[in-house]
Amino acid sequence: MSKDSNTKSMSMIVTKGTLDWAYPPFILATTAAAMGLDVTMFFTFYGLSLLKKKLNLKVSPLGNAAMEMPMFGMHIGMPNLVASIPGVEAAATAMMKGLIKKKGVASIEELRGMALEADVKMIACQMTMDLFEYKLEDMIEGPVLGGAATYIENATKCDVNLFI
Amino acid sequence: MADVLLDAKGLNCPLPILRAKKALKDVAMGGTLEIVATDPGAVKDFEAFCRSTGNELLESKADGKVFSFVIKRMS
Repeated sequence: MSKDSNTKSMSMIVTKGTLDWAYPPFILATTAAAMGLDVTMFFTFYGLSLLKKKLNLKVSPLGNAAMEMPMFGMHIGMPNLVASIPGVEAAATAMMKGLIKKKGVASIEELRGMALEADVKMIACQMTMDLFEYKLEDMIEGPVLGGAATYIENATKCDVNLFI
Repeated sequence: MADVLLDAKGLNCPLPILRAKKALKDVAMGGTLEIVATDPGAVKDFEAFCRSTGNELLESKADGKVFSFVIKRMS
C-alpha cells in the first residue's frame, strides 16, 4: 500500500514452500524494499510454512525434470524412479544447501529477517492456518492474519503484483 | 577514495544490493560509497538500483573477476 502517490509498491502471493521456491519471493521482496518500494507478501497454502519460526525447507528432485545438480564436472538430473528412493530427497536438500553456502547465496532465514527489517508487510492466510492446523505460537512475529479480501484490497493499490 | 567502503566479494544476488542499501545509510548526503563485488550480475543491478532510488552511480569498473562501483548518495 503506497504511503504517498510517489512511492511504488509491489505485492506477491507466495504459494510454495520448498527450499528452491522460497527464494524468488524473498529475493524480490528484499530487493524491492531496498529500492524504496512498499512491499506486501501474502503467504498462502504451502507458502505459509515459510512463516514458521523453525524452517525445515527441502527440495525434491521427484517430478522436477529441470533440476540438475553440478556434480563430477557435469550436470546430473535424476530419473523419478531414483528420486523416489527414501533418502534421496534429504541428499538433494543437503547438496542444494551446500551449493547455496558455497556460492554466497543468502539463506532463507537471512532473507526473511532482512525482509522484516525492511518493513515488508506480511499477511498470513487465515484459511491456510485453519486448513493445515498451524499454531500461532509456531509462527514468527510480524505477519498479520488476513484473507483474500485483505490481499486484494492491497493489490489494487500496487504497481506490481506477482503470483509465485 | 570513497567515504565508506563495502566489501561484497563472494556474495551473490541480491546480497550486494541489500548490503549497499544498508551501507548507504551511513553515508552523508552527497557522500560516496564504494562497493567491491564478485557477482557479475551486480553490474546491471547497481545501474538499476541507482536509477530507481535516485542515487548517482559515479563509477562502475571491472578488474578481472572483481567489480567495483562508486555510488553518490542523493536520496
